[in-house]
Order: sequence, then C-alpha cells, then structure tokens
Amino acid sequence: MARIENAKSIGEWLDQRIAIETLKKVMQTEYWIPKNINFLWAMGMVLAATFGILLVSGIFLLMYYNPSVDLAFDSVNYTIMTEVGYGWLWRHVHGVGASLVFLIIYIHMFTGIYYGSYKKGRELIWLSGMLLFVLFSAEAFSGYMLPWGQMSYWAGMVITNLFSGGSLEAYGLVEWIRGDYVPGQAFLTRFFMLHVLLMPLAIIGGIVFHFGTLRIPHVNNQDSEDFDYAEAAALYKAGKVKESKVIPFSPVFLSKDVFVMGVYFILFFFLVFYKFDFAMDPVNFDPANGLSTPAHIYPEWYFLWSYEILRPFSKDMGLIAFAIAQVIFFTLPFLDRSPNVAPANKRGFLFHMWFWLLLIDVLVLTFMGKLPPTDATFAMIGMVAAYSFFALWILLPIITLIEKKIKE
Amino acid sequence: MNKELKIFAVVAAFTLALYYGVEPYAHSQMHHHVEGQGLVYDGTADIEEASKEKEEAKKAFWGEVKTIAALKGDVAKGEAAFATCAGCHNDAAGDMGGVIPPALDHAGSLYDRNYLIALIKDPAMAMNTDHKFADTSMHPMGAIKSMMTDNQQIADVVAYLKAKKNGDVSPRDAYVESCGRCHANRYDKWTQVGFIPKTKSNIKTGQDIDNLKFQQEVAVQQGKIADYMGKLPPDLSMISRARSHHFLETFIENPQSQLHGTAMPRVGLSENGMHKVMEYLEFTGDPSKPAREAAGPWVIGFFILFTILAYLWKQSLWRDLH
Repeated sequence: MARIENAKSIGEWLDQRIAIETLKKVMQTEYWIPKNINFLWAMGMVLAATFGILLVSGIFLLMYYNPSVDLAFDSVNYTIMTEVGYGWLWRHVHGVGASLVFLIIYIHMFTGIYYGSYKKGRELIWLSGMLLFVLFSAEAFSGYMLPWGQMSYWAGMVITNLFSGGSLEAYGLVEWIRGDYVPGQAFLTRFFMLHVLLMPLAIIGGIVFHFGTLRIPHVNNQDSEDFDYAEAAALYKAGKVKESKVIPFSPVFLSKDVFVMGVYFILFFFLVFYKFDFAMDPVNFDPANGLSTPAHIYPEWYFLWSYEILRPFSKDMGLIAFAIAQVIFFTLPFLDRSPNVAPANKRGFLFHMWFWLLLIDVLVLTFMGKLPPTDATFAMIGMVAAYSFFALWILLPIITLIEKKIKE
Repeated sequence: MNKELKIFAVVAAFTLALYYGVEPYAHSQMHHHVEGQGLVYDGTADIEEASKEKEEAKKAFWGEVKTIAALKGDVAKGEAAFATCAGCHNDAAGDMGGVIPPALDHAGSLYDRNYLIALIKDPAMAMNTDHKFADTSMHPMGAIKSMMTDNQQIADVVAYLKAKKNGDVSPRDAYVESCGRCHANRYDKWTQVGFIPKTKSNIKTGQDIDNLKFQQEVAVQQGKIADYMGKLPPDLSMISRARSHHFLETFIENPQSQLHGTAMPRVGLSENGMHKVMEYLEFTGDPSKPAREAAGPWVIGFFILFTILAYLWKQSLWRDLH
C-alpha cells in the first residue's frame, strides 16, 4: 500500500491517493506538443469543445423532448421553442453545433491528409479518427430523426431502405432495423435511444481512444519533421525554450487553442443568432407524413458527397460504390505507398495535385448531391465527379509508389 | 503569422464556396421561380395560364371586372345592398358546403378592391378555382351570381366595404378572417371553428366533456372541409419556417402559379392584408425572434471580449518562445 501520511493541503491529500502531481505532468505540463504548428492544430480541441456544447445543449433539450410520433414534432417546435425559457437557444445551439462539428471534422481530416499525419506510426490516429467520423455520422443521422418532420421521416425511409442491399432484396433486415414495415413509433424510439445513449457513449470512448493513439507517435508538425522529443523536452525544461522544438500542452499550447476557440465561437454564435437556417432544412418544418413524399429528398450537407456517389449508378452498382466510399478513407495509410512523411506541397507534383483534386472533387460531389437529379447537366457533372473520386483512389498507390524519396 | 493568415484564407474560401453551393445556389435550383404580380388582381396571370377553351371566358370576365371597377360606387346604397351578404357573412354563420363564411369586419382593409368586385361577380373565377366547379358542383358562394346581378350594385357594395369595413386589423384577425376557414394554427390555439376555449375537467373522472364536445365540433368541420377541398388543408403554425417568404407571398397571391390545379382559392389580399397575414405566420412560426435579437449582440460581444483576452494570454506565453 502507498504511504499515507497526514496531508498538509488538499493537493497533497489527493497526490497521496491518485498521484495528482504525476497526472498533471503526464496530461498537461509535460505533455509535449511541437512548437512549429499553425491554427489548424487547434481543430482537435475545437472539436472537443463543440462535442461538449452538443452534449450540454442535448441534455437540456432531452428534458423536454418527447419521443412519440404524435408529440415529437410539437415538443420540438412548440414546447422547446415557445414554452421553455431559452429553449430556442439550446435548440439552435444544438442544430448549428451538429452542422459545424462536421465542418471542423472535414477541416481536421484534410489537414491530416495534407501534412501526412496518418503515416509512419500515426496510422492508428487516422483510423481512430475515421472511426469517430463514422460514429458522428450515426449520431447525426439518428438525431435528424427526432424532430419527426418530413425530412426526418423520408431520410429515415431512404437510408434504412439501403439495407435491403439492392437486388438482394433483404427486406427482412430493413424491417428488423425499423421495427416496423415503415418508420413509426418503434423506429423513432430506437433512434432516440441511439442518439441519446449508445452513440454518445461510443463517441466518448472513441475520443478517449483517439487521444490515446496520439501519445506515443506524438502530434505531427507543420514541416512533418521527425525529431527527438526527449531531447527537445530536456531543452525546454532546462529553460532553453527558444532552442527547444516543443512546448507543454498546458498552458502554452492550450493558450493558442483557447484563442482559436474564441474566434470559432464568434462564428458559432453569429450563426446561432443570425444564420441558423442553414442548419435546419425547411422541409423538416412540415410534420412527418407517410402519404406525401417531398419533391426532393436529400441529406444534410455533410453527407451529400457520399449521397451523390450513390445516385449516378444503377441500383446495385450505386450501393457498392456508396459502401466503398463510406470506408475508403480508412484505407489511406495503406494505399499511400510513399515513405515520405511531408506536407503535400513537398512531396512532388503528383501527390500535391492529388490532394487538391480530391478536395475539389468532394466539394463538387457535395454541390451536386443537393441539386435536383432531373437536370441532365448536373447529373452529368455528378457522374464525372463520382468516377473521378474512384479514379483518384485507384491512382493513389501508383503515384505514391513512383514518388521520389525526399533526402534528409 | 503571415503564413497562418494565408492558410486561414484558403480554409475560409473553401468553406464559403461550400456554403454557397449547398445553400443559396441549391435552393435557387430546387424551386422554380415565380414572379409576384404586385398584388394586382386584373386576371393577367389567369388569362396567360388558361387553356384554349377557357381563355375567352376569362378575358370576358376580367374585362367586365374592369368595367365595374370604373363605376363610382355609392356607399349608402352599398350598405343597404350589403344586407344580402350579411345573410351568410355574420358572426353566427354555420357551415356552407365545406366553408364557414367569414365575418367581413375588416374586408375593406384585408382585400383588394378589384378582387372584391370579381368575387361578387363570379366567386369561382375570382378565386381562380373555376376548374373545380366546371361540371356539377357549385361554388359555396355561387348563389351570389343570381342574387347580385347589377354591376352598379356590385360597385356600391365594394365601395361600402372599402369605406366602412376598413378598420385597423390585428395580424391574428387577418389570419382568422382570410385563412382560418380552412387552416388551423394549433400553436396559437386556432381551429377551423374558432379558438380552443378554456374548459375544466371533472376532478373526479379527469374527463373534460366540454373540451371533448369542442374537439368533436372541430373534427366534424374538418371532415366537411376535407370533403370540399379534397384533403384537409394543412395547419400553418410552422409554415413560415417550411416555405420561403417569397413562396408564401406568391402562393397566396395566386395559388395556381405554384401548385397548378390546387383547390386552394385565391383570397385577394391587399398589400395591408398580406403584410398582416405574413406577420402572423412569422409570429407563430418563429416566436423566439424578439428574444433572439435581444440576446444576440450580448453573446457575440462576450465572445469578442473573450477572444481578445485569449489573444493577450497567448501572446504573453508565446512571446519568448521564438
């Protein structure tokens, strides 16, 4: 047993029992972060903060939301918006946060791709991050069902239908997922459970795992430079902070994070108060009606690129393409065959082009995903973008194999 | 720092492009754009969209409306003739073939003059729902065609409405009188037969018989409206969030322009009437607007201050690092 003596302070008392001093060192003052970083390195903490906001606003909404097909719509649009003090604020914060969390996830992802932060020991950071992306997607989708508007209902119908597997006609599976032939009470209640319990639990686990994977390979830096952390840390501790390549997580790195978060929150609350409409589709303000299909059914913006990959193909091919698109980003550390760990602009013309083309292609897919499929020009652009998406991923191992090794 | 600003500019540019693509641009492509007619009810759109066989009848009808509009109405004579209207349009009115005739207490300020003339001349034509009554059925107000045949009398009645029934109207009354025959607004407790009354339940049984009776009355009336219209017209509590302002205005001005073949009649709102109805729809659809606008600057001001302090803190810690 540890040596327990009379403590002279609360800190000491805690230290004897849970080694709080060591914990503080490991988690904060001697958790070393590279100095050579830009504001994109704050996106992780911005995401954590946004998740915190979603959790808190969600708890407030949960106190008044009613997961019944007859009452859900009115409990959101009337009770919370009118009768609950500041209910409208919590709802708009939750809605805007749900949208912005994906914007930051995408920025975070493409930052990782650009700086090669998925390579050489950092594969698990990438994989756990992609796992979080999938979990957040499930969380977003299940949450979208809850207001029980027209888009909730029909998006629920369309997405669960995908599980019939095209020509496999696995309608039994679809009914099992829905708990009914069509989305109804059983459907709403289980998605409610997923949204407020199972998915948040999994996300919290995922975040812990993601943080854990960072510890040993360390955070990447702006030049993707590999240096000796122990040496750099020793320099810092010796007071040679100018020469050292690292800074402690707290308070130095955190102070920059907090500043970036401040800028982000100005944008966040500007959207909450003056521009929240973008996060709340007008169609979802019509109550769910199984007898009236909306003219266009489309997902929220963050799913549009993969939705567009589903559309231009025949039924079965579309499903296969869609399924591949969902998991293709997981394979990035393995399809990139180059030994170079460097920012995209230092890796030669081909990979540099590949990065920007991928980004633009995903953007084009996103645009086309929301436009009416009846327009021939848009359908054509969407199809080209979908083919290009797969072409880029097929090309990735080839262009990274012929990539020249950068000399140290 | 310079480099960070450049990176920020790239991220911001892509984010704005993304926003433009999925919001303003996508929505502009999703709905076909309908130009408003400035709340002028002269039949121009009706004649344009009419089928070949109907075109002549429409031209003749709106031509006659123009003739009546040129007549000078006599308010006193109009008041006397209005007795014909008051037989149905009164506070105790009951259902007439699917519609409870609205009180006309604010008709003069809610509705356009030209439209009122057209309505008395031929209700189905004025409402642009004549396609519904082509064969056997008759418009619930159709009898007026044989009750008020004299053009001068029509001009007199409209002059009377415009002169004496033009008091200031609240947004709620504007909705009740011009939309509330068919459209409930449950967030404001409005039903097709009136506002939900305050009733008490029997403390021993927990049952509220008066409320049950009222609900039955609503259900019966809704059945009649649904039979007449083809379906129950939607509750409009949230419609201002579900449709754009422009859509609602052009749809109310001429429902056929946005939803061809719809049973919804044109109600002929004047500029003032439209303004009041839209104000009401925005109130029930977005009741938190005043609170939002009051709190917004404070919250954003707080975060600007927060960001300035965070920047100073960051600078103090990073100053000696480079």
